[in-house]
Amino acid sequence: MTQARTLYDRLWDDHLVVERPDEPALVYIDLHLVHEVTSPQAFEGLRRRGLLVRRPNRTVATIDHAIPTHDRSLPIADRVAAGQIEQLKRNCTDFGVPLHGPGSGRQGIVHVIGPELGLTQPGMTVVCGDSHTATHGAFGALAFGIGTSEVEMVLATQCLLQRRSKNQRVEVTGRLRDGVTAKDLILALIARIGVDGGAGTVLEYTGSAVRALDMEARMTVCNMSIEAGARAGMIAPDDTTFQYLHGRPFAPSGRAWDEALERWRTLVTDDGASFDRSVEIDGDAIEPMITFGTNPAQAIAIGGRVPSPTDVPAADREALTKALAYMGIEPARPILGHPVQTVFIGSCTNGRLSDLRAAASVLRGRKVHPGVRTLVVPGSEDVGRAAEAEGLADIFRTAGAEWRAPGCSMCIAMNGDEVRPGETAVSTSNRNFEGRQGRGSRTLLASPLTAAAAAVTGAVADPRTFA
Amino acid sequence: MTPFIAFESVYARLLRSHIDTDQIIPARFLKTTSREGLGRHAFADWRYEEGGQLRPDFPLHHPSARGATVLLAGENFGCGSSREHAPWALLEMGFRAVIAPSFGDIFRQNALKNGLLPIAVDAGVHAALADAPPDATVGVDLGVIRLPDGQRAFYPIDPFWKACLAGGIDEIEYVLRQAEAIADFEQGAR
Repeated sequence: MTQARTLYDRLWDDHLVVERPDEPALVYIDLHLVHEVTSPQAFEGLRRRGLLVRRPNRTVATIDHAIPTHDRSLPIADRVAAGQIEQLKRNCTDFGVPLHGPGSGRQGIVHVIGPELGLTQPGMTVVCGDSHTATHGAFGALAFGIGTSEVEMVLATQCLLQRRSKNQRVEVTGRLRDGVTAKDLILALIARIGVDGGAGTVLEYTGSAVRALDMEARMTVCNMSIEAGARAGMIAPDDTTFQYLHGRPFAPSGRAWDEALERWRTLVTDDGASFDRSVEIDGDAIEPMITFGTNPAQAIAIGGRVPSPTDVPAADREALTKALAYMGIEPARPILGHPVQTVFIGSCTNGRLSDLRAAASVLRGRKVHPGVRTLVVPGSEDVGRAAEAEGLADIFRTAGAEWRAPGCSMCIAMNGDEVRPGETAVSTSNRNFEGRQGRGSRTLLASPLTAAAAAVTGAVADPRTFA
Repeated sequence: MTPFIAFESVYARLLRSHIDTDQIIPARFLKTTSREGLGRHAFADWRYEEGGQLRPDFPLHHPSARGATVLLAGENFGCGSSREHAPWALLEMGFRAVIAPSFGDIFRQNALKNGLLPIAVDAGVHAALADAPPDATVGVDLGVIRLPDGQRAFYPIDPFWKACLAGGIDEIEYVLRQAEAIADFEQGAR
C-alpha cells in the first residue's frame, strides 16, 4: 500500500483476477462495447463452443461502422452491410445483449454513446473491438481496443489475458490559445513523438492545458492515443468529469452517486509515482495543426511549410517522398491554399456537440465553397437531436453542407460515404492512411474549426481568420 | 489452433515502414461476417489496378515471392486499427510469419491468437534478410530464426504464447478453466 502508483497501475491492480509468475495476468473487464464489424465471428465462436455471454449486463451493442447516413427510412442498399447489421441484431437477441440500434434514440458511434449514456465511468476497464476505444480513458477509465478473438474471450469470460504496460506521462503546460483545440493538441503530440512514440505504454495526459479541457475535448485527446501507437490514454477524473456524468441515464444516482464519487476521487496518480517515460508540451505554443502525409505524425502548424525529403533523416526520406507523391503535395511549400474538394466533419474523434458547435461558428452566415462537398455527420442520435434543437443543423444546411444521420461514415468509408479517388479532403477524423476514406482518397486531418474554414474557402485555410 | 511446427521458406519483401491495417485489408472488405474470403483482398489497393488487374510492380508479385510463407516488412507493421481481418487475410494469402523491426501492439496480439508469428528483429538481422539474394530462405521456429547465411538469430517471444503455440492451446479454454477465480472476483469486487 505504501508504494506510489500511477493511475494506470491503480486500475490494473483493481482489476486483477489472477496473477501468476510467467503468465499474463487475468484482468476483469467492466464494460464491453460491441459493434457490427468486429463481433460476428466472435458470436459465431460462442455458438461453436456452446457458450453464453457471461455478463450481458456488462455488454452493450450499437450499429455504427457499416450503416448508411442518408435517409434511414430506406432499406440498406449494400446487401453485405445489411447482412452484417442483421447478424448483429440476431446475435444480440440470441445472447441477451442490449442493442441501441437506429431509431432507438441512442444509436451512434460506440465511443460517443458510451460516455453520453453514462455507461463509461471512472475506474472502469472498458474494451471494444475498435482501436479508438482509448476515447473512454478521458473519464479515468482503462480503455483499449481489442481484436475479434479477444471480443470472443470477453463475451465468454468477462476477462482478458494481459501483460502490464509501461507508463508514459504527457504533460501539457499552459493553456491552449483561441482557435486551438484538443485536436490540435493531440496532432501536435503525435507529430512530436511519432506514430510509435507511445508503443508499449499507456499515456496519462496531465498539466494545466489538459485540466482546462471539457470532457468532449478530453475524449478527442484520448481517442487518438492509438495513433501514437499507445495501448491506451487516460486523464484522471475531476469535477469536470463528475459534472459531465451526473444525471446521465446509466450513471449512478442517489446514494450510489455519493458512494461512487467518493471512490472516483481516489483515482489519481500518487505524488512521487514514477513513469517509464515522460514528454512535456508547451500548450501555449500549439498552433492549429493539419496533416500533409499518410500517417497522423506527418502534421504541421497550419501556417507552416510542408517538409522536404532533404530536411528529414535519411531513414525517413523515402517514406516522406512516397507520402507527398500519394497526397499530390509539393514539398517546402506552405500548406495554406492547398485545394480541397471534400470536407468531413464527424467521427468518434470530433463528432460530438461541441465539435458541431465549433464548425457551425465558422459556417454561420457563410456558404460552403461551390467546389467542395461537405458532410456533417453527428456522432449519435442524441448529438443529432441536440444539434437540430439548437439550430446547428439549419446552419449547416443553409451553408450548403449535407446534414446526415449518425455513424462512422467517411472516417472509415465502409458505408458508401467515400472521398472520390484523387480528391483531397479535410477531415476531422483520426486516420490519413492511404485509401482510408476510399480508394485513392487524400486526407488532411484537422480540427472542426479548420475543416469548416476549408469548406468555406475551397482550400486549406487558417480558422483564426474566421473568428 | 494446431500446434506450431518449424518450417523453412523463401520470403516476400515489403520493405515499407508503418504498413497500417488499412493497407493490409481495406475497410470496405470488413462487411463480411466470416473469417474466410479475405486473402484475395489483402493489400488490395497496392496489389490491383482500379479495374482489378494485378499490378506487376507490387513486390509480392515478384517471381521470387512465389510460394513465400514469410513476409519481411518495415518497422511498426500492422499499426492502426484493431481489425483481426488483417491476420486472417495474411494467413489466407499463405503467410505463416511476418518479420519486421517492430509491430503495432494490437496486430501483434491478433496475429498470435491466429498462429501467425510476429517476429521482431533488430536492424542487423533485418538488413541481413533484406539484402540477401531473392531466392534466399529463412528458417522459422518459436523464438529463433535461421538466416540465409546459416546464422541463428533469437527473437523475443512471450513464454506463455510460446507454450500456447507449441501445444496448440486454446486461450479461451484456458481462461474458462479459471471460472471459479472469476466468480470469486465478481463476488468480492462488485
